[in-house]
Amino acid sequence: MRKSSSGMSRALVRRETTAGYLFLLPSLFFFIVFVIYPMFMCIYTSLFDSNMGKNTVDVFIGLDNYKELFQDQIFLRALKNTIVIVVVSVPTVCAFSLWVASAIYDMHPAFTSAFRCIFYLPVVTGSVAVTVVWKWMYNNYYGIFNYLLKGAGVIENNINWLGDARYALWCIILILFTTSVGQPIVLYVSALGNVDKTLVEAAEVDGATKTQVFWKVKWAQIMPTTLYILVITTINSFQCFALIQLLTSGGPNHSTDTVMYYIYYTAFKLYRFGYGNAMGVVLMVIIAILSAIQFKLGQTDS
Amino acid sequence: MLKGKSLTYRIVAFVLVVILALLFTFPLYWIVTGSFKTQREINAPAPSWWPSEWTIKNYETLMSKMKAPLWEFSVPFSQYFNDDGTATVVSTGPTVPAAVRWMLNTIWMAAAAMLLTCLTAALAGYALAKKRFIGRTLIFTLIVCAMALPKQVILIPLIREMNGLRLYNTLSAVVYPIVGWPFGVFLIKQFAEGVPGEILEAARIDGAGEIKTFTTIAYPMIKPGVGALAIFTFINSWNDYFMQLIMLSSTKNLTISLGIAKMQAENSTDFGLIMAGAAFAAVPIIIVFLIFQKYFTKGITMGAVKG
Repeated sequence: MRKSSSGMSRALVRRETTAGYLFLLPSLFFFIVFVIYPMFMCIYTSLFDSNMGKNTVDVFIGLDNYKELFQDQIFLRALKNTIVIVVVSVPTVCAFSLWVASAIYDMHPAFTSAFRCIFYLPVVTGSVAVTVVWKWMYNNYYGIFNYLLKGAGVIENNINWLGDARYALWCIILILFTTSVGQPIVLYVSALGNVDKTLVEAAEVDGATKTQVFWKVKWAQIMPTTLYILVITTINSFQCFALIQLLTSGGPNHSTDTVMYYIYYTAFKLYRFGYGNAMGVVLMVIIAILSAIQFKLGQTDS
Repeated sequence: MLKGKSLTYRIVAFVLVVILALLFTFPLYWIVTGSFKTQREINAPAPSWWPSEWTIKNYETLMSKMKAPLWEFSVPFSQYFNDDGTATVVSTGPTVPAAVRWMLNTIWMAAAAMLLTCLTAALAGYALAKKRFIGRTLIFTLIVCAMALPKQVILIPLIREMNGLRLYNTLSAVVYPIVGWPFGVFLIKQFAEGVPGEILEAARIDGAGEIKTFTTIAYPMIKPGVGALAIFTFINSWNDYFMQLIMLSSTKNLTISLGIAKMQAENSTDFGLIMAGAAFAAVPIIIVFLIFQKYFTKGITMGAVKG
């Protein structure tokens, strides 16, 4: 196809273009109306003092929302929390899922498939169902954690896990972890299964140890997968919302706010749409930069 | 197959994985058993690992607590002609437990999102992979960039847009943005790359039109990809809590996840009731997942190739 494209007649090019766009039309309609347009509006409204009120008119205020943003202690704290979540959860999720995947990928196919399902279960169960049961397990009086830890003598008095600023964020990270490893495990299992066996055997014949085989041969081959997992886990961790909203509502005293939750809070509790959108833009920029860096790193590595 | 890993390591790893797997299933176990425990047992100082006396009281409360009409059919597009912006209802179903209505809403929402996504993505993915037209690279770049951005940040502008379109607080407001999300197009494009150009060329020389070429030759070849996308979209839209949360407000329009969240907010310590709700919401989708998990796994891995 590539070769013949230079030799395509003009009529054929026109025909291909028309057909191409007709095929694309339904998808482009939804994409432009419900993704691109709101994305544009997000940037545009971030320059306005805009709220949902029926009679008030948006006032253009330039970059004032952004200026306010970087002096807003709650936002900065939310940003810090988000970064903590990302920095803690991304490496642990990657390492954990790589280990689990390497342990299960060469088992009997039925076992591999069963374990893969089990680790995916928390994702399928849905954030609401998962969160409400964890909320119960963390509960001060009826929760299983306090009961078990007291029984084991680790703690003396019941801990109010979600109500204590020292623990709340870590409790959230733990739940996020269980709902984040499913997809990476599926991806790693498939990537490890596709590793070129002849290379592994050649290395073994040459006397390479298991560890060497893993890091020198397999690791390089699953690098694209690792990269993809880094990107999706980062994006997922940045988007952590449902857990916060259902567990702590950002409390106690904004100590568990994430950027995503604070955006929601600003827009739907304070009705400051412009300000919320400014945060959205900042979040977009941060994620775009991080994704770019991760891809760059991946390219130099392989 | 033992080559490369020692037997001891394998046994230790197996045991560890089994323990982890048990820990991962525990929340689900706790939901299901909790939903059958009596209030007294749940509020006892020591949790019971297995319900000592099974009760369906929690499910009865779930079904009696809130009520909603089973369906409401309205005149299509009538919201654009009525002054108050609401649709004209022509038929209202019998009053049933709200949880039943929520379940119907969720199934309807996920199925609509799935069908529309598959249809639009199959056409677009095929065109992007197999048609050589002007602007193709630009569109594809846009799609990849949009995918890397967090979906949630566009939800605030989306609310206003939906308000303007008079779709706010309807299931359509949840469905359309899911359809617009370009992951499906990307997935099908990866799949359609594998369709040999020669066959399409041959069909064209034989005089088959574009649509016929697509339906008889290309579609059968990308069908596994569409299947994977279908199940992927169904499960993900079922669980897309944030989108549902901001788009739906009145009790009768909620999805099951939202309904449970609402009950949780109103009866935060009635854990039995909340677990019954959680089980009611989670079990159907888990069954769907287990039945179709092969396709689902394929959808996840296909999306990552050259990602």
